[in-house]
Amino acid sequence: MTANVVPALEVRNITKQFPGVLANDHISFTLLPGEIHAFLGENGAGKSTLMNILYGLYDPDEGEILINGKLAKIKNPADAIGLGLGMVHQEYALVDTLTVTENIILGTELRKGPVLNAKEASQRVRELSEQYGLAVPPDAIVGDLPVGVQQRVEILKALYRNVNMLILDEPTAVLTPQEADDLFRVMRELADQGKALIFITHKLREVREVADRITVLRRGKVVGDADPKTASEGQLAALMVGRDVVLKVDKTAANPGDVVLKVRNLNLRDDRGLTVLDDVSIDVHAGEVLGIAGVQGNGQTELVEAITGLQALPSGSIELLGKDITNRPPRSITEQGVAYIPEDRKGTGLVLGYSIRDNLVLSTYYKPPFTKGLTFNDPAIDENAKELIATFDVRTPSATTTAGSLSGGNQQKIIVAREFTRKNRLLIASQPTRGIDVGSIEFIHNQIIKQRDAGLAVLLVSAELDEVLALADRVAVMYHGKIVGILPIAEATRERVGLLMAGIQEQPNGK
Amino acid sequence: MANEQQAPAETKKTTEPQPSKRRFGWLNEAIVPLLAILTAVLIGAVIVFVSIPGNKLPTFDLNIYGSRSDWFFSTIPERLRVTLSAFTGLFSGAFGDWTKPSTIPVAISNTLVESTPYILAGLAVAVTFKAGLFNVGAEGQLLMGALGSVAVAAFMPQWFGVASLPAIIHLPAALLAGVIAGGLWGIIPGYLRAKTGAHEVITTIMLNYIALQVMDYLINGVMKDKSATLQRTPFIHENAALPRIISKATDPSLTGGQAYPRLFTTTSSTWDLRIHMGIVLAFLMVGFIWWLMNRTPKGFEIKTVGENPEAARYAGMSITGTVVGAMGLSGALAGLAGTSQVIGLEYNLKAVFSSGLGFDSLAIALLAKSNPIAIVPAALFWGALRTGAGAMQVNTGISINLIQIIQALVIMFIAADQIVRWIYRIKQAEGGKITFNRSWGK
Repeated sequence: MTANVVPALEVRNITKQFPGVLANDHISFTLLPGEIHAFLGENGAGKSTLMNILYGLYDPDEGEILINGKLAKIKNPADAIGLGLGMVHQEYALVDTLTVTENIILGTELRKGPVLNAKEASQRVRELSEQYGLAVPPDAIVGDLPVGVQQRVEILKALYRNVNMLILDEPTAVLTPQEADDLFRVMRELADQGKALIFITHKLREVREVADRITVLRRGKVVGDADPKTASEGQLAALMVGRDVVLKVDKTAANPGDVVLKVRNLNLRDDRGLTVLDDVSIDVHAGEVLGIAGVQGNGQTELVEAITGLQALPSGSIELLGKDITNRPPRSITEQGVAYIPEDRKGTGLVLGYSIRDNLVLSTYYKPPFTKGLTFNDPAIDENAKELIATFDVRTPSATTTAGSLSGGNQQKIIVAREFTRKNRLLIASQPTRGIDVGSIEFIHNQIIKQRDAGLAVLLVSAELDEVLALADRVAVMYHGKIVGILPIAEATRERVGLLMAGIQEQPNGK
Repeated sequence: MANEQQAPAETKKTTEPQPSKRRFGWLNEAIVPLLAILTAVLIGAVIVFVSIPGNKLPTFDLNIYGSRSDWFFSTIPERLRVTLSAFTGLFSGAFGDWTKPSTIPVAISNTLVESTPYILAGLAVAVTFKAGLFNVGAEGQLLMGALGSVAVAAFMPQWFGVASLPAIIHLPAALLAGVIAGGLWGIIPGYLRAKTGAHEVITTIMLNYIALQVMDYLINGVMKDKSATLQRTPFIHENAALPRIISKATDPSLTGGQAYPRLFTTTSSTWDLRIHMGIVLAFLMVGFIWWLMNRTPKGFEIKTVGENPEAARYAGMSITGTVVGAMGLSGALAGLAGTSQVIGLEYNLKAVFSSGLGFDSLAIALLAKSNPIAIVPAALFWGALRTGAGAMQVNTGISINLIQIIQALVIMFIAADQIVRWIYRIKQAEGGKITFNRSWGK
C-alpha cells in the first residue's frame, strides 16, 4: 500500500454511546480507493452502528470523518450520497411493483420538461450494468426477481448516484452460495474500477475470499487488523469471538447420568428451500452441559425451536426421557420439564409492557397456586414475585415496574428466575448472556452450573465461544445446519473449535 | 463488578415517576380522551357560532349594517346566546330540563336506552383491541344477534306447536340465541384469521354485508309479518321480552296483542320510561369483562397475545384458540347488543334496525382506550349526544348533524392523540399506548 494515496475515507476516533452500551469506542480506520475492506464482528460488535454513523443515520458523540482528505459533516443519507458514499442495507429499499429502471432512478428522475425521460434513464442503467458486469433486466418488475438480482439493483441504485464508496451490510446473509459467488465477482470488478468497498460480515470464509484488508470489531472496539492472505480462519475466529474479560466459572467435573434429551436426524429447509438443519442428532445427559458452538445463523435457532415445539419439523424425532415430544405443542413440552431461555429476550422471553410480577408467571399463570378456581390468586403471584426478585437479585424499584424499563441484565434475570424455578429435567439456554453486563453474566453462568449440578441436562447455545468453553462439558459445533463435531471439553481448544466453526472438517485421524 | 455501582443509580431513575403514576393512574389515562372531547365540543361551538341559521338572527340589511362583517359583529351577542342555547338544548335533551323536574326521568331514561347497545358493542370491540385484533364486524354480529333472538322470541312457541312458552324458558332461550348467533358471526373471521391469515378487517367488513343481506332476505321472506305494511317481523312473544323497569301498561293494540312485562307499573307520564333490563345486562357484562380481563387466566392470554404474540406462543398459549375465542366473545357481546335492542326495546325487527350502532362502537372502544370500565362513560357520552341532538334541533334550529361533527372530531383527536398532546402540552405517558392497530401492519 503506497503511503501517498489519499484515502477515500478516513475515520478517526468515532465514539457512540447508547444507554447502557458503548457501541463504538474510539474506532479509527482508513479506506483506500480500489480496495475491499472487510469488517468482521459478531452481532452487537458495533459494525452496524459504525456504518449508520458513516451513512448519516446516527450522530457520533466524538470523532471525525474525512472524505478524500477533507473533513466531512454527514447529517443524513442524502449528505452521504452527495459525498460519494452509498450503502446497501440488509433489507433492500426497493419498490416491488416498479421495474428495475424505475427503482434505480427513483428520486433522481431525468426529466424532459415535466415528463420522465424514460429512454435516457434506461440507457444509463444499461450502460452502468454493462460497465460493472451487473446483469439486470432493466424492464422487469423487481418483485418478480430473485434476491440476488434485487441486490444488484440496489448496488446499481448507488452507482447511478455516482458514489465511489459503497457499504455492503451483511450482503450475503440472504444469498445462496452461488449468488454470493456472483456478488464477490461484482465486488472485485467494482474495486478494480477504483471504487472503495466496505464489506460487513461475520462469515470467515467470505472475508478471506474477497477482502483486501480485514478489521475485526468486538464490543465496539477495533481489536485487530488482519491480512486475509496470511490470517487463518482459526485466528480470525479467535479474534472475533474472544473476549478481554476471561470468564471464570467455578465448576467441578460433570457427573453425567442417563440420556434426558435424544434428538435424531432432524432435517429442515427454509422457505427458499435452503437446508437449515442437516441430519442433526444429539444426546444430552442428566448432569452435563452440552454446549453448541457455531457462528450465528448456522441452524442453532431452529434446532432449539424444534426441541421446544416452536418450529414444526418435517422429519426426525425428539425424545425427552424416552417420551416422544416431536411436534408437540410448546406448553406440553414445557410441562414435561423443559426450561427455555430464548435468544430474543425482548421479543420472545418477556412481554415488555407487563409488570415484572406478571412476567414471572408468564408460563405458569394458569396453574395452582397462581390460579385458584377460575381466577388469579394475587397473594401467591405477589409472593412468587417477591421471592424470585430477592433470590435472583433483580434490581428493580418494585414488582409492578414494567419489564421494559429494566436493564438487559435484569430482564434476563427475570427470565432465568421464571424458567429455573419450575420442576425441570432439561434446561435450554440460547444466547443466555448476549448484550448484558458482566455482573449479570457471572450470575447467570453460576445459575446454569447450579442447575447442572442439581442433575438437569443442559443444552447451551451461544455464539460466544468463550461462554461455551467456560460452561460446557462437551462441545458440539454447528456449521450449515450440521453438527460437524462433538468434542469433550478437554479436547475442545479454541483453535480446534474455531476451525470447526469455520466449516473446516478435521482430518479423519484428528477425531 | 463495575456495574454494581451503576445498577442502583439506574434503579433510582425508574423509582421517581412511580408514586404519582400509581395514585393518578386513571387520570393519566383519561386526560387525553377528556381533552379530546373538550376540544371537539369547543370546535363544535365555533361551528354553531358562525353557522347559525338566518331565522334566528336579525336579517342582514345593507342600510342598517353597512357591510356583512359589521352585521356579523353586531350579532355577536345574539350568536353567543344561540350557541349557548344549542348546548343547553343538548344537555336538557339528554338529561332533562332542570327547571322542569318532570322532564328529567324521561330524558335520562332515553339517554340510558341509547347507551345500552353502545356499552355492549363497545365492550365487544374493546375485547378484540386487547387481543391485537380490529373487529370492524360488530355491526354484522349485532344484526345476527338481533336476528337470532327475534327468531326465537317470535317463533319458538310455534316450532313446538304451543301458543306460548313460560318466560323462564322463552326469555333465556331468546337471549342465548342472540348471543350464539353473534358469537358465531365473530368466530368465522377469527377462525379465518388464525388458520389462514385472512385479515379480520377485510373479512368482518364482508360479513357485515352478508349479515345485512341475510337480515333483509329473512325480514322480507319467512320472518315477515304478513299482516304488517312495514317490512318487519311479527312482534315477539311477551314471555320472551326483557322487562321494562318502570312504565305504563302496554297498549296491546300497538303491540300485536302482546302485553309486555315491566317491573313497576305507573300511570304517571313522568315515569313512563323506555329503560329496560338491557342496561342491567350491559352493566353485568362490563363487570364480567373487567373480571375476565384482569382476574382470569383467559383474559391474561387475550392480553398477552395482543401485546406480544411471540411471547404468548413461547409461554405455551394457543394463539389460534385465543384469537378465535376473543372474536367469538366479541361477537357474542355485539350479538347481545342486538338482542337487547330487539327483546328489550323494539319488540320486533325492522329493516332499518341498527343504523350504524356497530360502527359507533369502534369509536366508543377507542374513546375508552379499550378499558371495560371506561366503556360506560364513553357510551353514556355517545348516548347523551344522540339523545340531546333532537332537543337541540328544536331549541335552536341547529341541525343534528352538528353532533356527527362533534363525534367525528372526538374520534380524530383520539386517533391522532398527538394533536391533543401538542395543544395542551401533555407529555407522552410511558407505556400508555394502546395496541389496537397492531394487526394492521402484518
